[in-house]
Amino acid sequence: MSLIRVENLSLDIHGTPILRDVSFDIAPGRVFGLVGESGSGKSMTSLALMKLLPDGATRAGRALMDGRDLFGLDEGAMCGLRGNEIGMIFQEPMTALNPVRTIGDQVAETLVIHGAARRAEALEIARAKLDRVGLDGARFPLDRYPHELSGGQRQRVCIAMAIALRPRLLIADEPTTALDVTTQAQILDLLRGLVAEEGMSLLLITHDLAVVAGLADHVAVMQSGRIVEQGPTEALFRRRAHPYTRALFAASAHRPARVPTARPDTLLEVAGLRRSYALPRRTLFGPAPRMEAVRGVSFALHKGESLGLVGESGCGKSTLTRAILGLEAVQAGHIRLQGQTPISPKMPKPARAAMQVVFQDPYGSFNPRWPVARLVAEPFHLLPEWPKDARARVEQALCDVGLTAPDADKYIHEFSGGQRQRIAIARALINRPDLIVLDEAVSALDVRVRAQILDLLARLQESHGLGYLFISHDLHVVRAITDRVMVMRAGEIVEHGPTEAVFADPAHPYTRELIAATPVIPPAWMEEPRNAPVV
Amino acid sequence: MRRAPLTLLAGAALTGVFALAALVSLLWTPFDVTAMNIGARLQAPNAQHWFGTDHFGRDVLSMIMVGARISIAVAVVAVGMGMVLGVPLGLLAAANRGGLLDEVIMRGNDLIFAFPALVIAILITAVFGPSAVNAIIAIGIFNTPVFARVARGGALSLWTLDYIRAAEVSGKGKLRISAEHILPNIANLLIVQGTIQFSLGILAEAALSYVGLGAQPPMPSWGRMLAEAQTMISFAPHLAILPGLAIVLTVLGLNLMGDGLRDSLDPKLRRAR
Repeated sequence: MSLIRVENLSLDIHGTPILRDVSFDIAPGRVFGLVGESGSGKSMTSLALMKLLPDGATRAGRALMDGRDLFGLDEGAMCGLRGNEIGMIFQEPMTALNPVRTIGDQVAETLVIHGAARRAEALEIARAKLDRVGLDGARFPLDRYPHELSGGQRQRVCIAMAIALRPRLLIADEPTTALDVTTQAQILDLLRGLVAEEGMSLLLITHDLAVVAGLADHVAVMQSGRIVEQGPTEALFRRRAHPYTRALFAASAHRPARVPTARPDTLLEVAGLRRSYALPRRTLFGPAPRMEAVRGVSFALHKGESLGLVGESGCGKSTLTRAILGLEAVQAGHIRLQGQTPISPKMPKPARAAMQVVFQDPYGSFNPRWPVARLVAEPFHLLPEWPKDARARVEQALCDVGLTAPDADKYIHEFSGGQRQRIAIARALINRPDLIVLDEAVSALDVRVRAQILDLLARLQESHGLGYLFISHDLHVVRAITDRVMVMRAGEIVEHGPTEAVFADPAHPYTRELIAATPVIPPAWMEEPRNAPVV
Repeated sequence: MRRAPLTLLAGAALTGVFALAALVSLLWTPFDVTAMNIGARLQAPNAQHWFGTDHFGRDVLSMIMVGARISIAVAVVAVGMGMVLGVPLGLLAAANRGGLLDEVIMRGNDLIFAFPALVIAILITAVFGPSAVNAIIAIGIFNTPVFARVARGGALSLWTLDYIRAAEVSGKGKLRISAEHILPNIANLLIVQGTIQFSLGILAEAALSYVGLGAQPPMPSWGRMLAEAQTMISFAPHLAILPGLAIVLTVLGLNLMGDGLRDSLDPKLRRAR
C-alpha cells in the first residue's frame, strides 16, 4: 500500500515539455529520493504534487493519495491539504522565513490556519515542535526572530513548520544544499529521526548522490523530465543499469588525472595576515567592538602547485580571498606575489597581472551587455598598453578552454553554466597569469559538468604551469584537484599538509569532524557491477 | 521578435501626436498665435477655427500646437538636466557606498526632496524673474535627486555581482567600473524613470505657467491658457477644456509609454508575461 502513487505525470509549460510519464510510489514511513541534475524536473515534480505550478502549465496523469486523485481537487481542497497532509521544506532557509515575525508565530500559524488549534494551544504545540527539531526553549524562546538564528537553525524552524501538523508526506527540496557540511549532517540526522519516529514519508529531492545514499530507501534518477531508473537505493547504486546513472556516478567520483607540476619556488606568500571589522557600537561613546575575520594566517603557495583552502561559511575564507586578490586592506601581515610588491588595494596595475580569479556563480560573473570577446579581454586593462594581437589572444584562450573562436562574438546568455565557467577561465588565462584563485569555481555546477571543468583545470595547470588556490567547502572536489590542503576555522588555519595525508589521517579534531560529516556513498556499493551491460 | 506591448504602442502613439503638433508648429500653424482679431473672439469650435477662439480672437488650435512646443521643450530639457546631474551623483554615491561621500550626496538629495518643486520654482523666479528658462532650471533641480536615487539603487545591487569583482581584479577603478559596467546595466531603469519624470515635468511646467512663473506672454503655454480661461469658464468652457485635455492626454501617453517600456526592458517582467 503506497501513500502517494504518481502515474504517468506529464507536464508542459507554455508548450515546452518539462516532465514525461513520471511514475513512482512512495510507501508510508519511507524515504524516497529523487536525484538528477539541474533542469531534470525534480522540483517541478514536487510542485506538481502540491499543485503549485506556474502559469501556463498543462498537466496529464494522476497523483493518488489514499485513492484520491490530487489533480482532480480544486484549489480550496488543495489548501486544506498543503501543510496539513503534505509539508514542504525548501533549499534556502535564509529567505524561507518571514523576517518580521517571530519563529513561534510562524510555526503556530500553520496550526491556526488549518483550524487545528487556537493561538494559545498552537504556541504550545509550536514549542513542542521546536524542541523536537532541536531548538530548546531555554536558548530559542518562541519570540526569537529569524535574523537571530544561523542558517542551520532557520532550516530547523522550517522543518518545525512543515511537521507542525504531522503531515503524512514531507517534501524536502534540496534541504541541505545551502548549508555547511557539519550542519548538513545534523539536518540529515534530524530528517532521518523524524521519518523513523513520526512515521511520515519523505520525498527527498537532491542532486547529491551521497546524501541520497545515506537517507533514502528508494531512489529514482531523473534526466530531462523522465525517470530513467528507479529501485531500492542499495540495489540501484550497485547495479547502475542505465547509462545516465552510470555517467552520474562516474562524474561524482571523478578525479582528474594530474601530473604534479609543483616547483620549489614560492609564488604566493601570506604572512601573519590579520583583518578585523568594526561592529555596530553598543554604547554611544564606547569603542566599537570588532570582529576578527582573519587572525594571523600564514602560508606559502609554490609555482605550479594546487593548494586547497577548506572551511565552512563565516570562517574568514572570503575575507582572506579578497585580501589575496588585493581588494581588501589588511591590518597586519603582508601578502607577496613572487616576492614583489606587497598586494594591497593600492598596488600598481601591472603587478596585478600575474594573478586572476574565477568565481562561483557562472550567471553573475559576466556583464550581460558585453560580447564574449570584450569580457575575456578585460584583464588586458592591467597591461601597460592594449595588445595589438588582442583578438587572436582571446580566440586562443577560448580554444584553450574548449570553446571556439566564433564564440567570441556571442553574448553570455547564449551559453550554459558550464560554458560560462569555461569563459571565466578563459578570462583568467588571457594574461598568462601564474596564479589563479578559484573561489568555489565548480560549486554551482552539475556533477558531469563539474568533472569536465576539473579535467580542464588539471590540463591547463600542466600546460600553463599555473598555481591554483582552490577555495571550496566541498571536500571531494578539494581532494580531487589539490596537492596540499589547508583547513580554516574561525579566522585561523587549524591544519595544513599534503592533501592525501590530511584526508587519510586528519590531525585536528575539526578536520576529523568535517570529514566525518561529509556524506559518502558506501564504497562497497561502488564496486564495478559484475553483470554490467556493455556500452 | 517579440510584439511590443499594447501599452507601449498606445502611449507612444498618444505622445507622438503631440510631439508632431509641436514640430509642425515650428513651420506652420493654422493662424498666427500673436495676431489678435477682436471681432472673432470667444467663438465656439467651428469649421474655420476647429478649437474655437479665445477672448482676443486667437485660434486655440494654433495656441495648443505652439504650447505643446513649450511644454515638451521644457520637460525634455528639465529631465535631461536631472539625468545629467543626478545619474553621476547616484553612481558616485553607490561607488562609495557606506562612505562619507555617499552620506553627503544622499543627504543633500533628501534636502532637495524636502522642498516641493513649486516652492523651488517660486524661489528661483523670485530671484531671477519669471521665464521659461528659469522654469526649466527649477524643474531640472527637482528632477536631480530622483535620478540620483534611481541610479544609486540600481547600482548598489550591481556592485555585489561577481563581474564587478572581476573588473576590480582587472585593475579597474570605481569611476571606470561605474561607466563601463554599471551605467549600461541600469540604463533601462533610467529610461523608464525618464518617461515618468517627463510627464511630471509637463505637469510642473503647466503649474508654473498657471501661476505666471513659466513662459511669458505672448508665448502661449498650456498652463497659462488654463489660467486665462478660468474667468470665462461659464460662457467659453472650451478654452479651459481643450488645453486641459492636451495636458491630460500627453501625461497619460507618457505614463503608458513608461509602463510599457518597463515591461519590455525588464527581463524579469518579460519572463513573467
